[in-house]
Amino acid sequence: MSAAPAVILTRALGKVYSAGTEAEVIALKGVDVRIDGGEFVAIMGPSGSGKSTLMNLVGCLDTPSSGSYHCDGVDVASLDAEELAILRRDKIGFVFQGFNLLPRMSALENVAMPMGYANVPREERMRRAHEAIAAVGLQNREGHLPSELSGGQQQRVAIARSLINRPPILLADEPTGALDSKTGEEILALFKRLRDDGHTVVLITHDAEVAAHCDRVLVMRDGELHEGERLAHRARP
Amino acid sequence: MNFMEVLRTAIFALRGNWMRSALTSLGVIIGIAAVIVMVSVGQGTQAEIDKLVSGLGSQRLDVSPGAGRGPGGGGARMNSSSFFTLTKDDGEAIRNEVQGVQYVAGALRGNTQVVLAENNASTNWQGVQPEFFDINAWDIAEGNVFDAQDYSSADKVVILGDSVRRTLFGEDSGVGQTIRLGRVPFTVVGTLAPKGQGGFGQDQDDVVMVPLETARRRLLGSMGLPPGTVMQIALTVTDPKDLDYVQGEVEALLRQRHKIQPGDEDDFNVRNISQIVATRTATTNLMSKLLGAVAGICLVIGGIGIMNIMLVSVTERIREIGLRMAVGAGPRDIRRQFLAEAMLISLIGGVIGIAIGIGGALLVGKFSELPVQLDGQVVGLAAAFAIATGLFFGYYPARKASLLDPIEALRQQ
Repeated sequence: MSAAPAVILTRALGKVYSAGTEAEVIALKGVDVRIDGGEFVAIMGPSGSGKSTLMNLVGCLDTPSSGSYHCDGVDVASLDAEELAILRRDKIGFVFQGFNLLPRMSALENVAMPMGYANVPREERMRRAHEAIAAVGLQNREGHLPSELSGGQQQRVAIARSLINRPPILLADEPTGALDSKTGEEILALFKRLRDDGHTVVLITHDAEVAAHCDRVLVMRDGELHEGERLAHRARP
Repeated sequence: MNFMEVLRTAIFALRGNWMRSALTSLGVIIGIAAVIVMVSVGQGTQAEIDKLVSGLGSQRLDVSPGAGRGPGGGGARMNSSSFFTLTKDDGEAIRNEVQGVQYVAGALRGNTQVVLAENNASTNWQGVQPEFFDINAWDIAEGNVFDAQDYSSADKVVILGDSVRRTLFGEDSGVGQTIRLGRVPFTVVGTLAPKGQGGFGQDQDDVVMVPLETARRRLLGSMGLPPGTVMQIALTVTDPKDLDYVQGEVEALLRQRHKIQPGDEDDFNVRNISQIVATRTATTNLMSKLLGAVAGICLVIGGIGIMNIMLVSVTERIREIGLRMAVGAGPRDIRRQFLAEAMLISLIGGVIGIAIGIGGALLVGKFSELPVQLDGQVVGLAAAFAIATGLFFGYYPARKASLLDPIEALRQQ
């Protein structure tokens, strides 16, 4: 154990679906991973390799079948659905490939929405939403509906939303998958800036070019996690 | 999520599909309106019965000639002789010999034509003894009741009921004027204060009163009743608690006076008002139950409509649910949100239904014979039904939404 506690720490993490039946699938086989605060990590792997399963576990959307996962120091194994929801609210910011903005809400309302579940007072909520949307450079688009924004702008709104409850971990599932390469670069640059601000960013992708932007690449293969190269030019101080 | 936040989110969601929300609440609107009309008619009828009982008096007994007991009085057994078994003297005997009697009055009655110049109308007359006015709670509006002279010498004097007075004299009282009952001229000495519609929907004010002996000589015509006969003896008891005792005493006294042997049937019939009312109450209850069933069915159908639409809504918004869960909404938050939407639909439906129900009840009161009574209790009951409908039928879809797996929900397209 290092002095700074790991933000993501798994030990022999395993996940089995439909255990004990004909359709039994072993999705994860004893994954050990440690990600510290302020890291920018890519998890790569082909479809079916178990990377979605790993992401769901790391994102506290699911609980492991075996092994343990400590999310920012909290053991998730014993948590029920309500407690998992609170953990997600406080610890995890999600960014999806399809943005997942609520279509009838303005950009500002979309960003403010998660604070409703954290019981943030309404005035503070509005203030923080304004700040967050300005931080991703969309202060002029606050009142726009998602359908009135470009893909890159929608993803920026989604990132602002993911950060609104100030979680330590940002979990991005193919965040550039629906964007052209130039816009994708901009989003990745935004992630790097967030990393520099102290956020832990975990990026799930199958695209090696995208993964190359990260400090560290982990590769999933057949339910097992392998440490990829630690990119020299991005080596952490 | 606090209450205001849940409410705001629910309103936002319903506005997005306002047409669907409005149509869904239609079922509740109809159900709640039906509840209001039903309850107000039921309460109105009950109030009417109470009025009937207290108006005619829980202290009152009616003795009528003829055999048979109970409501309706066994008309089939009547024959001409059994019509004329009661006399004025029976009334006097009751007054003198039965303890606890307050007022006693015999009466004759019939139909006649009242005529004033070119105005004429058919009406009921009653030939009465003095205490008849007290027993029936008749008040004099103008003029006077009959004096002792009127009764003893069978003067041709008449007191007009309000409807008759209005037909003949319009706005005037008519006191001091002469009218004809049939062919006989009568002097109007007084008018009665209006009583309005009676418990059975008849116009109680369509009546004229004359002294008993006047009626016997001038209005009965050639019916040829035995001397001293009356068609009814009405009496009241001083204390309502004595009613059963007095009824028994009156029956015993009349059997003795009419020389009825033990085991033989009475040739008279003593009834108290609760027996008369019993029949009517049964009818009303049946109608209330029927209306209640209709209202209940409407509410169930409305509720199923809500459940149906909420299930559709959950399916449609499965991605939204997944996203909300991912950003920190717990099952409880999701359940509350959908329950709030269902309850909002039923509550809005309830409010509109209450408005329509009140309007409907007023229309029923105006255009039908049914008595209607509206009060805050009815509205409160309807609101409670609306909320209960939303809760009951909204719970299952809300629970279904809350049990969704966020991973599956997010994967939905």
